[in-house]
This record gives sequence, C-alpha cells and structure tokens, in this order.
Amino acid sequence: MFRHPQTIPKGVETDDAIRVQLSVNGEPLDLDLPPWTSLLDLLRHRLALTGTKKGCDHGQCGACTVLVDGRRINSCLKLAVSLDGAEVTTIEGMAGEGGALHPLQDAFVRHDGFQCGYCTPGQICSAQGLLNEGHAQSREEIKELMSGNICRCGAYPNILDAIEDVLNDRVSEPRMPE
Amino acid sequence: MRRFSYSRPTEVSEALAEAGGEDVRFLAGGTNLVDLMKENVERPQHLVDITRLPLDRIEEIDCGLKIGALVLNSDLAHDPKVENRYPLLSLALLNGASPQLRNSATTGGNLLQRTRCYYFYDVATACNKRDPGAGCQAIGGLTRLHAILGASPHCIATHPSDMCVAMAALDAVVHVESATGTRTIPFEDFHRLPGDTPQRDTTLEPGELVTAVELPATRFDRHYTYLKLRDRQSYAFALVSVAAAMRLEDGVMTDVRLALGGVAHKPWRDRDAEALLSGKAPERALFSKAAEAILADAQGQGANDFKIELARRAIVRGLDQAARGTPQSVTDKRIA
Repeated sequence: MFRHPQTIPKGVETDDAIRVQLSVNGEPLDLDLPPWTSLLDLLRHRLALTGTKKGCDHGQCGACTVLVDGRRINSCLKLAVSLDGAEVTTIEGMAGEGGALHPLQDAFVRHDGFQCGYCTPGQICSAQGLLNEGHAQSREEIKELMSGNICRCGAYPNILDAIEDVLNDRVSEPRMPE
Repeated sequence: MRRFSYSRPTEVSEALAEAGGEDVRFLAGGTNLVDLMKENVERPQHLVDITRLPLDRIEEIDCGLKIGALVLNSDLAHDPKVENRYPLLSLALLNGASPQLRNSATTGGNLLQRTRCYYFYDVATACNKRDPGAGCQAIGGLTRLHAILGASPHCIATHPSDMCVAMAALDAVVHVESATGTRTIPFEDFHRLPGDTPQRDTTLEPGELVTAVELPATRFDRHYTYLKLRDRQSYAFALVSVAAAMRLEDGVMTDVRLALGGVAHKPWRDRDAEALLSGKAPERALFSKAAEAILADAQGQGANDFKIELARRAIVRGLDQAARGTPQSVTDKRIA
C-alpha cells in the first residue's frame, strides 16, 4: 500500500533538512525533512498518501485529522519534525488484512455517512480517536466530541449513525434501498 | 511559511540558553504558533521545540496541584485530580477548541496563544498588535467578537482561551524560568490589557519560559459553573463566557469567584464584584447588582453592543448555576 517517498521538492535545500524517524501506517521511515513541513504536507506531497485531505489548513475543519500514537490531531498544524519517533495512522492504514474494511469504514458505507466524501477520511480517523479516548457514551456526546470535523454537505445524521453503531458494537442488517 | 532553523533540546537549561532573541520562539503544540506562521503573522528565524522537556506531569504539592507546562489540554481536562477538585477547570477546557486541538495544545501554549482578532490574522489590514503604530482597522470594522471591557484606542481584540478564564477564577499561579532564575506570576498579572502597547499580550520577559501552573488547594467541587455562549453550539470562541465558583455555608456565599471570557484582552476578573457578593445569600437581585457593577464601564463597538446585555444575563445565570450547584453541561446545550 505504501508508495515510496518522492524526492525533496525543487527549491528546498537539502542543507535545511532534519533527519526524522516516523512510523506511518506501520511502515518505519527515515526521512530528511525541512523543519517547516507540516505533517499534512509530508503525508500528501512526500509520501503520496493523499487520503488525508487539506481543507482549511488552519485547524478549523478537521479534514486533515490523523492519529498520532493513537490520538487524533490536526495534521495541518503539526510540524513533522516535532513528531520524531511517533507512530502515525492515516485513513490508508485503517483497513485490515487483504483490504477488509475497518468497522468504521464499513459503518460509514452502510449508513451512507457522506455525500461528496471530502471530509470522510478525517471523520473516520477522528471517530477512531473518539473511540480510543472512551469519553463518548451517548449520541449527544458523540456530537459534541466530533465537533472538530466539519461536513459541508451536512451528512451529520448519517455520520452520527455510523459512529454510534460502532460505539455500540452493533452489527445491524444492511439497509435495503427504498 | 518562511524558513527557520529548528532545535529540540531535552533539558530546560538548554532551551533557555537558546531563548531571548527577538526572532526565536518556543514551539510546543503549535496549534496557534504554526497557524500564525502560515499567515506570516509570526515570522521566527529559529524555533526551539520544547516538547521533549520534562514538563509534562501533574504533581501533588503541599499547597495544591502543579501542572507542567506541557500537559496536554485533553489530559488536564480528564485528570481525576482535576475532575475531582477543580471541575470548573475541566469544564472550561472541554468547552475550548476541538478534541483534535485539545490533543495537541498544551497548558503553557494555551496561556501563550495570542490575544487576537481577524484583523490581527489578516496581514493586509492595519493592526497595532502585529505592527505597533500601524493603527487598528478593527475599530470601525467587523466587531462582533471584540472587547467590551478594558479595550484601548489601540486594540480591541479578545483573549480566546476558556482554560485561562477558569484559572483566573481559581487564583492560579504561573511558574516561569529564565537563564537568570525563576519567578512566579499571579494569574491575574500574567495577561495584560492592551493600553498603548497591544503587541504585548503578557508580562513575560524575553527569554522566559512558562514551566508550570500551580493551583491552590482550595477546591470548588460543588458550587461552580462554566457557562459559554457562542455563535454555534460547539467549537467556537466565546461571545461571552462566565466562570463562577463559591462556597455556600448556612445559606451564605463565601469565597465567591467570578471571571469572564470573550469580553477583554485578558480573562476578566472583578474582585470588587466578588466582595459585593460575599457574605450574602444567593439571590438573583444581588447577582444583577454584581453584573451591573462589573459592566459599569463596558463599552461596545456597535456590532458587539449586544455583548454587554449578553454578559449581564450570563453573569446572573452563571452565579445562579453555581449557587444551585448545577453546572452547565458540555453536551446538553440547553442553558441550565
């Protein structure tokens, strides 16, 4: 699944680069990075992991949400060099063996938790972070604790259904189209 | 973002040795600094990444709790010691930002996020905070989120923190270290009003590093609230917020604490109003009197005039919630 890093973009002097070790979706990487590279730009531009989306690039929309050592953060506001030694999980690392969908991915499909899909990778990584945190017990709490992820299509009810489903560990019957 | 050099010391002394220069900044969670660097509002030439310094613990001390500057906002909010003794602080933290930001933002960074407004962020506009002497285009501009207390003709921006409003009410003390020694700063003296030097948000001196925040032993675990009113129900800065705490003995309020957020260049605490309430029974008429006293000098900018009346009502409601021991829920958006 992992694609090899591209060369350092033109205009960046390699003298400025700092050696960083990161595990990305289970793959250990040694990277030479200019310190001003955000984790988001590292993922998208250097590692070609374009599942993580750039929305506002200011920590306001949540489209860039990834997990760092199991905790959800906005990758747009994190300098990659400051994460030396960390384990990063993106949407590309969520699925299981042989491409089996992660329960959240499966629930988003079943509940149609999207429209345009742009916010979906961030929604799913954020929902996994929410499950890891263990503070949400009710639908109202899921709503509050997912407020860092904006969906401009307004698919919130279905996104909530999907996350609530996984939280309750329910396996509901696939819904038939009406 | 402009280029910069970068270091990542592991000892406080190493970090302090690099600090003090005008173009040097400490980097912790980065949620405000990195954002400002993207907009070219902050243009450091060197970043000292302090995330590996040993300042990430919450320690019991004789006189209370000592919170390391690098404790994450989310860890602080959910720490059992904080939840039990200072639920006001937990509540304020969980009203702030988003879960993702709280997982990155630190205690020290929350203190040092810039007092700001849209005009500060927009380098195409004049801003005395960004460029001293340039003027303030916010005045006469879009002012819905701006200050109603303690503003000056030079700056009307507000400090957006929720955590700091609770810490002001709790009489927190900021611990600071520099290459020449350590000192402590009472929370109320840490942030500044703009006056004619709005470029300075705090009383920190160049080269000083926030190492911890200390909370006094006094616990407010029954009569408290953090009431935050905003333009959407979650993940937005306060239009007005109220941190209220008190003790109630035999129907009489003692040790009343009251601080406001979203209304000034710093968390706004009014000790005269607190004194007015202390030793009396909790009654709405009295709360209104306190609100009048706090807002006597309030001044709107036009578009934010409504915040004066909103603050008046929020103070009364916040004191009422605290007195009744029914703190505002973070998830149930109905005002208790």
